[in-house]
Amino acid sequence: MTMRDTTTGAVVTKIGRYTFLSVLLGFFALPMLWLASAPFNAHPTLNVSISSFTLHNFSVLLKDPYALPSLWNSLLLAGGTALLTVGFAAAAAYALSRVRVPGRDGILYALLLLSSIVTGTAAMVPLFQLAFKLHLIDSRLGVILVFTGGLIPAAIFILKDFTDSTPKSYEESARVFGATPFQIIRHIVLPLIRPGPVVNVWGSFLIPYILVRNPDKYPAAVVLYTFYTEGGQPNLALISAFSLLYSIPVILLYLFVSHRYGFRFHGGIKR
Amino acid sequence: MGARSARSRNLRDLTSPTALTAIAVAAVTLAAGCSSSTSAPGGGNVNSANQPKNPTLVITANDISGGKNAAEADWITKTLIPDFVKAEAAKGITASVTFRPNGVDDNAYKSKLALDLQSGTGDDVFALDGIWVGEFADAGYLKPLADVAGTQVNDWDGWKQIPNAVQALGEYQGKRYGVPNGTDGRVVFYNKKLFAQAGLPADWQPKSWQDIYDAADKLKTLSGVTPIQWDGGVPMGEATTIQGFLPLLAGAGGSLYDADKGKWLKPGKAFTDALGFYQKVYATGGYGDSVLQQDAKGRDKSFAEFAAGKIGIYAESDYMWRSVLNPSGGTAPMADRNTGVGYALIPAETPGSGVRDQDFVSYSGGSDWSINPKTKYPQAAWDFLAFMNSKAETESRIGGAAKITARADVNQDVLAGDPMLKLVSEKVLPITSFRPSQAAYNDVSALVQKAVAAVVGGTGPAEAAAAYEKGLEALVGAGSVAGGS
Amino acid sequence: MARAASPAAAEDPAGLGRARAAGIAAPALLVVLAFLVFPALWTLYLGTTNYRLTGFAARHPHSVGTDNYTNVVKDPAFHHSLWLTFEYVLGSAVIGQALLGFVIAWMLRDAAGWLKRLVEALVLLAWILPSSVVAFLWVALLDRDAGTLNTLLHTPGTAWAIEHPMSTIIVFNIWRGTAFSMLLYSAALTGVPPSQLATARMFGANQWQQLRDVVFPHIRGHILTNLLLISLWTFNDFTPYQITAGGPDDKSDILPVYIYRTALFDGQMGLGAAISLLMLVINLVVALVYLRLLRERRLERVV
Repeated sequence: MTMRDTTTGAVVTKIGRYTFLSVLLGFFALPMLWLASAPFNAHPTLNVSISSFTLHNFSVLLKDPYALPSLWNSLLLAGGTALLTVGFAAAAAYALSRVRVPGRDGILYALLLLSSIVTGTAAMVPLFQLAFKLHLIDSRLGVILVFTGGLIPAAIFILKDFTDSTPKSYEESARVFGATPFQIIRHIVLPLIRPGPVVNVWGSFLIPYILVRNPDKYPAAVVLYTFYTEGGQPNLALISAFSLLYSIPVILLYLFVSHRYGFRFHGGIKR
Repeated sequence: MGARSARSRNLRDLTSPTALTAIAVAAVTLAAGCSSSTSAPGGGNVNSANQPKNPTLVITANDISGGKNAAEADWITKTLIPDFVKAEAAKGITASVTFRPNGVDDNAYKSKLALDLQSGTGDDVFALDGIWVGEFADAGYLKPLADVAGTQVNDWDGWKQIPNAVQALGEYQGKRYGVPNGTDGRVVFYNKKLFAQAGLPADWQPKSWQDIYDAADKLKTLSGVTPIQWDGGVPMGEATTIQGFLPLLAGAGGSLYDADKGKWLKPGKAFTDALGFYQKVYATGGYGDSVLQQDAKGRDKSFAEFAAGKIGIYAESDYMWRSVLNPSGGTAPMADRNTGVGYALIPAETPGSGVRDQDFVSYSGGSDWSINPKTKYPQAAWDFLAFMNSKAETESRIGGAAKITARADVNQDVLAGDPMLKLVSEKVLPITSFRPSQAAYNDVSALVQKAVAAVVGGTGPAEAAAAYEKGLEALVGAGSVAGGS
Repeated sequence: MARAASPAAAEDPAGLGRARAAGIAAPALLVVLAFLVFPALWTLYLGTTNYRLTGFAARHPHSVGTDNYTNVVKDPAFHHSLWLTFEYVLGSAVIGQALLGFVIAWMLRDAAGWLKRLVEALVLLAWILPSSVVAFLWVALLDRDAGTLNTLLHTPGTAWAIEHPMSTIIVFNIWRGTAFSMLLYSAALTGVPPSQLATARMFGANQWQQLRDVVFPHIRGHILTNLLLISLWTFNDFTPYQITAGGPDDKSDILPVYIYRTALFDGQMGLGAAISLLMLVINLVVALVYLRLLRERRLERVV
């Protein structure tokens, strides 16, 4: 990295690399143009244009009784799920990677596989009945627990892989300086897992819809689906504007995490 | 039977918490239903004299303020409930009523409703689509209204105002399960401007399918214009069945189900003729845009195209007029809707070839309001249903906006100002047909959509009909299928 | 606790001890048992019945033994769906996301700060936007008449999602999910000792040789973890439904879409549950393959 080649080969490589990165940027940015234009269009269609600029769509949403509260509900659900998932999974992963449990990997894989059933549509009836039995219908906690149960195996899996490969020496040296295992976990692995549960919960429709009865508690994903007509035609003006609002907290979260943690592991761990 | 019911009992333990009692109750209800229909638990002893003085009701519908069916949601909370509470207070009853909005995809609403009812809770009064009545009744989620709220149901004066055909929306096996609150009708819309350019009359009324082909031939000469949109794709879902296929089937004199025999019908000549219409429009005649039928957003896009003057003829329900093209608040508003859009009855294949030898045909759907059989306040729930479907409240529900209600007296008053809806109410409803209220309808409809999509994609009608027949037998069992139409 | 004494000291360097370890893991275990294992087993049980959400079978479900399974296994639509799912997972996850994710992570490892942030931000944005929003974005991008892509490529009237349904959802899923691989690889790459890379460069190793001899051996475990997770996620991913609705003519009817249509549209919960188990079995096979590869890696390391 310290050496700077100025040979033509290096220049070609460099040009190739920037061309690739430009194409990449285009590929990832292109679909998002609609989100930047449609919300500000008085009669949005599927094309990217602002033929008649307006903020009317947003003012309609501000007056909507459920739109803004639903963003708050989503924050509660996603935050609660993230907290429980990361907390529980990190603790479990730490314990599992530090103490030998017979058949540990097998159990973990089995759980990971089962989680695919529970996140599917077919588990709707059992999940509903379970929540009903536990008096968790129309409760945010119910939704959070259902999500958490489904996400923990994947979270443990990701975390364990890194706690496994974290050198014992680092841990030992950290312990020397008085760090607890939890501090280590917080600094090392939270940044990676954080967006996972948040994103998963943020976009989910069916589970919160069947478990929540009072629309005051609907998360944004459910409210987004209410902007249709009786015949199922989307109200693109409201949907695009709400999509933008709905995406903003996620983007803010990204900016925060990225600023605070760089969205990656701390650089301090080297072998 | 003994072994089987023991097994279902075990299953019931797992599918519902209150297994044994539910089974027992269901058994008692069934027995009661057979002998006399008035002594069901929950509602059998309804007596308006000793009803609770402080009933609480929760009512639900797939409406939400600010979103889907917002107008109805606002009406329920702001007008209907206060009016009802006032009316009850006059009778010395302190009712407390809350509305639980939903406003999502109909299938999701249906699932949630089923889950709630299955768990033995669920809201006291709820709205449901007319075609769900059969499957909900079979599942035990619904009981005949008279079993729930007593004989007063049949004495309600409102029934006289609801035409028999429309009442069928709330009926199953000859019993009333719900009060219909509105209906619709299918017609052929056309763009008058394009018709003028193609030299077609402004007051067009096709008398046969051939008339439609002839008009399409002329429209075909205009550049950038798709002559016909006749819903024909799997992604359009039920729209393909009710908007597209069923009116054609009825026009050829056929139907999917024979209510007298209680059997589904094998595809016969009428079925292949209806598929032949699709073949003509999308394959041989080149009148329609077959790619659009496969588009996941095909219905939205075809609405937008019609509004933009790119489609000549469009078979749709009055919903298109009210909620799509409506210059105020439609999803694809057309500023000159009132002058620029024409509408005609859907012709039979040839004059007189339609069901009941009709010259013109249509299909209708609609929703009902019904009562949860497990409600604690069946009397109040029925009072609420009757109140909400009274003439005064029905008028207030639709407000200024014209919309076809179940009540003839209301339609007469409010539809005078909207010639399109007036036509549906006066000319279409008398000749319309309704989908079979059978639990299997949903799946049969999916088979129909597949057959239609196959023809739109180039398969021959006979081949597609054969595949439908095979699928139908696999679905309902060969014993439930009778010789065709 | 006794086990945590001297012979186990090497296994338990953090000094946790079994009891404390169990205590730490308990909350996760409880939630998983109640909200994952229990409903999942229940779902599997439903798979042996003709249970439906509505209709007569909702009131009187009865056991149908393995009928659901035999019916599904015999159903040509299921075979078709299985094959499409295989294409989808292989194309979009194993090849697409993993490769693109690694390439991005590798190229950005020493890129200028602003460039790195920009690329990462966009890739991440695609990953974190809600799926219902994302579906609209892609529908708008690919639209036949007004789509951005057709405007850009001067290909008016091309209905991408209808003419190339599988390619569409594969490219979509690469766009959607590459971020996870990118994140995981860039984290893994920081674990590659710079000194070893420097040594390799000193010996004249080119980029490919550096990757092969230094980087891959170090991150092989992460690659496998990544492949396992993204394969399973993609296998169970339902978002393509919102773009192609499984069509046209079931040409993009991948398994999650097939289940969704069976369970939610048709309300056939028993059948839907049976397909879920079949999917689980397939997932299991995928997982076992990876597990085996992972074990080989461990053995190699020991050797």
